Amino acid sequence: MDIGVPKESHEGERRVALTPETAKHIQKLGHTLRVESGAGLEANIADQAYLDAGVDVVNDTKSLYQQSDLILKVRAPGTHPTLGSEVDLLKQGSALASFIWPAQNESLMQKMAERDLTVLALDSVPRISRAQKLDALSSMANIAGYRAVVEAANHFGRFFTGQVTAAGKVPPAKVMVIGAGVAGLAAIGAAKGMGAIVRAFDTRPEVKEQVESMGAEFLELDFEEEDDAAGEGGYAKVMSKAFIDAEMALFREQAKDVDIIITTALIPGKPAPELITTDMVESMKPGSVIVDLAAEQGGNCKLTKANEVIKHGDVTLIGYTDLPSRLAAQSSQLYGTNLRHLLTDLTPEKDGVINVNMDDEVIRGATVIKNGEITWPPPAPKLSATPKPVAATPDAAAMQAAAEEAKPSGVKTLIGAAVGVLALLAIGRVAPADFMSHFTVFVLACFIGYQVIWNVTPSLHTPLMSVTNAISGIIVVGALLQVSSGSGFVAFLAAIAILIASINIAGGFLVTQRMLKMFRK
Amino acid sequence: MNPGMVTAAYIVAAILFILSLAGLSNQETARRGNLFGIAGMAIAVLATIFGADVTSYTWLIIMMAIGGSIGAFLASRVQMTEMPELVAILHSFVGLAAVLVGFASYLDPDSHLEGAAGTIHNVEIYLGILIGALTFTGSVVAFGKLNGKIGSQPLMLPHRHLLNLGIGVVCIILLFIFLGTGKGAGVAILVLMTLLAFAFGIHMVMAIGGADMPVVISMLNSYSGWAAAATGFMLSNDLLIVVGALVGSSGAILSYIMCRAMNRKFLSVIMGGFGNAPTSTATDGDEEQGEVVSISAEEVAQLCKDANSVVVVPGYGMAVAHAQHPVSELTTQLKKAGVDVKFAIHPVAGRMPGHMNVLLAEANVPYDLVLEMDEINDELGEVDVVIVIGANDIVNPSALENPNSPIAGMPVLEVWNAKQVIVSKRGMATGYAGVENPLFFRENTRMLFGDAKDSVNAILTSL
Repeated sequence: MDIGVPKESHEGERRVALTPETAKHIQKLGHTLRVESGAGLEANIADQAYLDAGVDVVNDTKSLYQQSDLILKVRAPGTHPTLGSEVDLLKQGSALASFIWPAQNESLMQKMAERDLTVLALDSVPRISRAQKLDALSSMANIAGYRAVVEAANHFGRFFTGQVTAAGKVPPAKVMVIGAGVAGLAAIGAAKGMGAIVRAFDTRPEVKEQVESMGAEFLELDFEEEDDAAGEGGYAKVMSKAFIDAEMALFREQAKDVDIIITTALIPGKPAPELITTDMVESMKPGSVIVDLAAEQGGNCKLTKANEVIKHGDVTLIGYTDLPSRLAAQSSQLYGTNLRHLLTDLTPEKDGVINVNMDDEVIRGATVIKNGEITWPPPAPKLSATPKPVAATPDAAAMQAAAEEAKPSGVKTLIGAAVGVLALLAIGRVAPADFMSHFTVFVLACFIGYQVIWNVTPSLHTPLMSVTNAISGIIVVGALLQVSSGSGFVAFLAAIAILIASINIAGGFLVTQRMLKMFRK
Repeated sequence: MNPGMVTAAYIVAAILFILSLAGLSNQETARRGNLFGIAGMAIAVLATIFGADVTSYTWLIIMMAIGGSIGAFLASRVQMTEMPELVAILHSFVGLAAVLVGFASYLDPDSHLEGAAGTIHNVEIYLGILIGALTFTGSVVAFGKLNGKIGSQPLMLPHRHLLNLGIGVVCIILLFIFLGTGKGAGVAILVLMTLLAFAFGIHMVMAIGGADMPVVISMLNSYSGWAAAATGFMLSNDLLIVVGALVGSSGAILSYIMCRAMNRKFLSVIMGGFGNAPTSTATDGDEEQGEVVSISAEEVAQLCKDANSVVVVPGYGMAVAHAQHPVSELTTQLKKAGVDVKFAIHPVAGRMPGHMNVLLAEANVPYDLVLEMDEINDELGEVDVVIVIGANDIVNPSALENPNSPIAGMPVLEVWNAKQVIVSKRGMATGYAGVENPLFFRENTRMLFGDAKDSVNAILTSL
């Protein structure tokens, strides 16, 4: 299939949907690639690098669109500065893979459907384990979280790390991260790496472990929410009034203490919740910084202005919405890899033929328009990214049942003992005294064996087995007693028995000795 | 030596044997235990030879010399990975010896037992030969399976339970006919029964799958003991009875331990058929299988270097690939780098009880680093990296999580609780139980594909 990668037309967008590295993988799937000249420049990828990877570089945007059956982009189609609507540039009936945000872009969806397109939205990939490698939202959020800390550091007038220098002591910066999703965790990691004291808050208590594993302190509320805060697909959901009050009290108290606040709280399909109020901002220390990663959805702080850095008193509020684009080389690499994984899933035969298999849960989720028909929203994913909380109960019940089963009932034991005693008596009645004395020895020896073997450590089971094997060569004694028999045939049989039993004795003992020598402390 | 002295020597020998088994219960005393066993055997054999019953020495000495040297040769040449085979073939010798001694005893013109004593003697002979014969062929088949000469898949004859039952019934009927006939026809019946027992032994072990081999080996170990005990009854020799009973019960206990480790009933192992049974739940439809993520040896090396603690879980794959020496080297390297390395051994890892311990010991891994499942399972959650080498079913989470799984309820090493799991494996094939392993699809699992030895060597190079 002919795949085209145009230069992003959105102002300030530096990312590109293809890197030379991903190009090689995509070509292996049987596809032909074209890229618009200069598409990768902002992400430090020269045209020559694409040419070296075997990608055609096309100068004319229009013909690139016209020649391609599939367009890979970063941003949803918008307005090209010179050529008008990008949707109209797309060939009738061709395919597109990019971020779409179908919920927010209804008219765009309509327009694309009218052009009979097949559209794969990278933002609609279901959040299941198998789809992680093409989860572009997570890769971009990761970058945004990192970049948020870098931006904060840039506007913060002090060190992050605490130092004791000849010129005096520097206290470490205190960072609070609200929302411990991918972006939040990345921010925690970056801030921690720079030496700050990091605290984090999230409405979902199950992320506490993840937060702590990143080395941050998890802020907890004195509050019990009835049900779990994790909504469908592992995202947060809207919380109750009482919860929000408790939460705000916590933030109010923290705002006075911390130097930097990074907010990442988003609820899918809803405006961002307001978590940092004006009075909280005003209570912060002079020079403090707030980075609002939710600025595009209205911001977690009302004062934030999208795409701008403003000062409210002595506090800097950063509202950039293009943080991934500000780290274009890294974003392009990760986004390109996500796209490559999507193409791998779409081209199962590796023959250059794209198969939009709507039975595949991942492809089904990502496909928002198929051949001009809007297929969004997809049915709910079957498996959530978070474990089901019910799993523990049946286990415990099963364990108990198993334990009860394992315990033989007293009656059974009693019957068993009675049968055993009766059987012994029956044998005693018919058997001669001679046999009974041997039998006594036999039974007692069984018990000794039982007592002795029970204590053997499992690591010595193999030596134990080979030594018992050697010992069972004692059967040679039987053969020895017969070898002097008057009958030649009996002596012959006994001689053979001696031969093989001797192999056993010598082999068994020697190999045990060899094995035991190897065990050392 | 007069009979009293012989008996006294036998008592000493029996005590030495008991001490020998007791000595093997822990590492410090194990070697002394083995020496006790050798001493016991020497005393028993010498006492018998110099006893009143033995008069001709030529053949005896020749045979013992030949047998002893063959045994010594085998013992010095065997690879530790081949231990299960060696043990299996040695069991078969005991079985065959029991058969021969049984026949010899029946044909011995010197024995004149009448009435109840005669009948009991005949029953003893019959049982001794029966157990010996099935131990013999069973062990030979087990040897073949372990050796790869016979496919390890269980052989499923139609109506196999009926077949086994039929053989059993025929053997009992033959016993009664045997008791009622004189010596001439008796031999014929004994031969017929021996053939039946041979067939039974073959069929029994053929029906058992590769993963159940640890049970089979210890079961055959037990049988060889019972065969010796039966011989003891036959010859009215208390030493044989004592030793046979010791070995028999020890094998039985080991089988029980192995069965418990697999959460299987002893009978169902003997009845055979694991994995091929009509439990089609192995392909659980609504379970999200997900995708495996592979990892390179360099990345594994990096992970190990950065980890505080590493636990290695070896399985049969390590034995097959002879990877124990590189694994040991890896341990040494990591310990030098300050990483805490331990080994976790599942009771049924490998093809015989304790197989992994022997291999690791051979490769000079100190035994205090090698822990049992129960000792380490609770700690696995705090481990940074778990490296699973050639193991599958023993680290399968569906044993605990999927009640429909054929291995449900089997205790397993809960490696998935660790921060990172690396599975070294040749491919995506299922283990002997034939069950998919969801571990491979876990988020914290990375697959290192390739031969275990090559993989570990590659990790070593990158370190």
